[in-house]
This record gives sequence, structure tokens and C-alpha cells, in this order.
Amino acid sequence: MDDPNLVEIKDLHFRRGARVVFDGLSLTVPRGKITAIMGPSGSGKTTLLRIIGGQIKPDAGEIRVAGRDVGGLGRAELFELREDIGMLFQSSALFTDLTAFENVAFPLREHTDLPEDSIRDLVLMKLNAVGLRGARDLLPSQLSGGMARRVALARAIALDPQLLMYDEPFTGQDPIAMGVLLSLIKKLNGALNATSLLVSHDIHETASIADKIYIVADGKVVGEGHPDVLHDHPSSRIRQFVAGRPDGPVPFHYPADEFVYDVLGSGR
Amino acid sequence: MIGFLRGVGNRSLDRVAGVGRATLVLTAALWKVPRLSDVPLIVKQIYNVGVLSLVIVVLSAFCIGAVLALQFHTQLGKFGAQDAVGVGLALVLLRELGPVVTALLFAGRAGSAITAEIGLMKTTEQLSSMEMMGVDPLHRIVAPRLWAGFVSLPLLTAIFNVVAIYGGMIVAVEWMGGDQGRFWSGIQAEVDIWDDIGKGVVKSIAFAVVVTWIAVFQGYDTEPTPEGIGLATTRTVVVSSVMVLAIDFLLTLSMYGDFK
Ligand SMILES: Nc1ncnc2c1ncn2[C@@H]1O[C@H](COP(=O)(O)OP(=O)(O)O)[C@@H](O)[C@H]1O
Ligand SMILES: [Mg+2]
Repeated sequence: MDDPNLVEIKDLHFRRGARVVFDGLSLTVPRGKITAIMGPSGSGKTTLLRIIGGQIKPDAGEIRVAGRDVGGLGRAELFELREDIGMLFQSSALFTDLTAFENVAFPLREHTDLPEDSIRDLVLMKLNAVGLRGARDLLPSQLSGGMARRVALARAIALDPQLLMYDEPFTGQDPIAMGVLLSLIKKLNGALNATSLLVSHDIHETASIADKIYIVADGKVVGEGHPDVLHDHPSSRIRQFVAGRPDGPVPFHYPADEFVYDVLGSGR
Repeated sequence: MIGFLRGVGNRSLDRVAGVGRATLVLTAALWKVPRLSDVPLIVKQIYNVGVLSLVIVVLSAFCIGAVLALQFHTQLGKFGAQDAVGVGLALVLLRELGPVVTALLFAGRAGSAITAEIGLMKTTEQLSSMEMMGVDPLHRIVAPRLWAGFVSLPLLTAIFNVVAIYGGMIVAVEWMGGDQGRFWSGIQAEVDIWDDIGKGVVKSIAFAVVVTWIAVFQGYDTEPTPEGIGLATTRTVVVSSVMVLAIDFLLTLSMYGDFK
């Protein structure tokens, strides 16, 4: 039970059609810490979160969450496991026909038999934690992008999950909303006694809160360590990513013929 | 030539795989018998797919009834058989036009809306997030829409038939000066409970299953992009319209098969 790692992934293989998404990826998410997975767009970060939540079955590899083998769980056990996982989606994914209050109340109504006034107290508590108690009656269409993400965060923590997963929480946020999210992620991880797994390509924001960063490319972990260590990593590819340089070992150009051949129209 | 054949083969395989996925969605969604707590969800969907289709169904029914009565009145009038307008109208509507036209309208109004709604929920990750909250969207989102469609279309068909016959009566009696008593007594004498009304109901139930199933599946199977939603919505209307007409032909053949 006192396994130091909440999530363990061993030798994960997964392909979409002909495209290999994961090719022997292994990583661990230690309990109580904020772990970040970084990688360029399309490197399979969202897919990885879905595999951890059991929404997608990998081709091979072992996924353990809280000691349970996700691949071996039946449908009912899987849904049970997910009550222990809160996930913040890239697009917030609020239910568009429900108010902020009802969105946060949704998991409580589905999974508990609490009376209405307890639900109300809990929802207001969660909304208060993200600073949006006053916005409880607004519909998702009336919320700004940053507010919608915070409501979605309140919904993700409604059932006090052990594991919180964030899918690119900073993408498309203005600087203030970004700062708010950063401090919330940090605060909630401590307050809920939870474990956070954050997926992102915003290196500076991520480095400022993560305890450990994994860098994923070509379906594998190509670098791992404390954020500070990565700046001086021996691999030039990781230094390129961490410094955000457009060209380097990861080329700016998609593989193509020499430009002159294309211009002259003669092919190869 | 080989390329063409391969294309045909691949597309056929896609179709078969699609039917397979659609069957999985249907069985998984209907597997759990609705509980008492699901009733509000179903009622809400009956409002969305049924009540909101009422206006278009009533308007179309009235127009179609009126047009049919006009044609019947003039054509039958040539043989001095205006009194048969009521029966002709009732039989054509109950057996064929009522179920078919209502199903086509339903596919255009409610089917497309169901597909677009579920497709949008998929594209904006609402379905995924529901799944990650440990709530099965097949049970929570798909099943209520299926049940609502199954219930709504037969009821809409009944309303369509009543309104169309009424519209026809107004034209034949009030406008063309036919005899109201003979209009109704003809219907009363000739319309058979099973042969005309019962078989029409069977048809409308079959159409309800087919149209709702297609609409729900196209939404659930949408490619999660804005273009994907548009394509899926179009496919719902096209595929379900063609299926309704084809199935109507087969049902008419098998139920009224002894045409001489
Ligand atoms: N539903 C899907 N069908 C086919 N390919 C997909 C699908 N979803 C994602 N992919 C592909 O899988 C790869 C990883 O996607 P994703 O996990 O969304 O990447 P990220 O979140 O890192 O941007 C991408 O190349 C993407 O094109
Ligand atoms: Mg992603």
C-alpha cells in the first residue's frame, strides 16, 4: 500500500494506424509530488493521460495506478478507479448546458448519496477554492477561458481525488490566468494531499512548479530530472527544448528535398 | 482497375466495421434497463426531439393532407366518386405517407440535432471528461436519446396522420363542398385496425429505431473536428432518409405482399 509511486508505467507501446505514438515509454509518478511530462505537440501527451485513465488500451506495457493494473480492470472497476482520478481537460470540457454550480455538482450527484444541502456546501467550497464562488450561476458560455478552466478544476477536485491530471492547463491563457492556475495547481496538490501529473509544453511555467520533469519525444522518455538539472543536460536536444530554440537537433524543417530542387521543379 | 477494386473493397470493409461499431454502441447503451432516476433524462430528451419537432410535423401534415385532398377530389370527381376522398386519404396516409414523411421530417429536424449535439460534446471532450469522472456517456447521454426517439417518432406519426386527415377534410368538405358525413363514414367503414393502423404503427416503430440509432451513432462516431460534425450531421440526414425509404419498401412488400 505504501508504494512510493502512485503511477507506474513500464515499457508502454502504442500506435495509431501506422504512426507509432509510444515506443517503450517508462515513467513513474511519485506520491504527493507534482510531476510534469513535457513534449512537443503531437508527441502523445493527451494520449498518455487517456491511457492512464484507462480510456485507451495500449498495445503493450504495464500501467499501474495506486497499485492496480489498469489494463486488467473490468469496465465497472475502471469506472470505480476513475472516481479517484481528477482530470482537467485541455478544452476544459464543461457541460455546456449546465451552470458552473451544476458542473461541479455533477460528479457528487453521480457518485454520492449526499443530501442536497451537503452537495451545496461542497460545491461552494470547491468553487471558493478556485475563487469562483460568485460565478456559480453562470453558464460555460458566459465564462472567460481562464474562468472556465478554474470551474473545470473545481469539478475535477469535487470528489477529492488521489491523482490530479492536467492536460496543457496553460495553453491559451492570459498571463494573469496563467499565474492563478500555477498557484492553484501548487496549492491544491498540498491541500488535497494529492499527487499531480501535469502535461504541458510551456517550459517556464512548468519548471516553476514541477518537482520532476520528464521530456518525451519519439515515443520515449529522452530526459528526466529536476527542472534546474535539465538546463545543463548533456543532450543538446533537451537543451534545445528547454531553451525553446526553433532549430537544432530537432529540425525546424519538416524532412524535404533540398529547396533548390523544389524551386527548379526537377525533383531529385 | 486493381486500384478501383481495392478502393471498393476498403470502403466496403469500412461500412462493415461501421455497422459493427454502431451495433456495439446500440447494445451497450440499451443494455442497462432505464431506472426510475433516468426518467427525467428521458423526458427532457422527449421534449428536445419530440416536442420541438411538433411545429414542423403539424405544418407539413396539414399541407400534405390538403394537397392530397385536392388531387383526390379532382381525380375521383371525374368518376363521380368524391365520397371516396376520405377513405383514399386515410389509407394513403396511415399505410405509407404518414410513417414515411414523419420519419423524414424527424431525421431532418431531430436526427440532425442529436448528431450535432453528441458530436459537439465529443469534440469538446465532454464525453471523455464524463468517462473520466466515472460516468458512462453511453448510459448517460446516448441511451436517453435513443429511448426518447423510440417513443417520439410513433407519437409524432399519429399526430401527423390526424392533422393530415383533418387538413384534407377541410379542403374536401369546407372548400370543395363535399359531404362531411360521407367523408367520415367512409373512413369508419373501410379503415381496418390492424391492416391500416397497426401496420402503419409497425412501420413508424421501425423507422424510429433506425433513424434514432443512426443519429446517435453518427454523433458518437464523429471525427472530433468542426468539419467532422458537419459531415456527420449530413450523413445522418442522408443515410437515415435512404434507409427509411428502403425499409418502407421492404415492409410494404412483406406486410401487404399479396398485390395481384
Ligand atoms: N483519435 C485519433 N485518431 C488518430 N490519431 C490520433 C487520434 N488522437 C490523436 N492522434 C494522433 O496521436 C498523436 C498523439 O496525439 P496527442 O496525444 O493528442 O498529442 P499531444 O497531446 O501531445 O499534442 C498525434 O500524432 C495525433 O495525430
Ligand atoms: Mg494534447
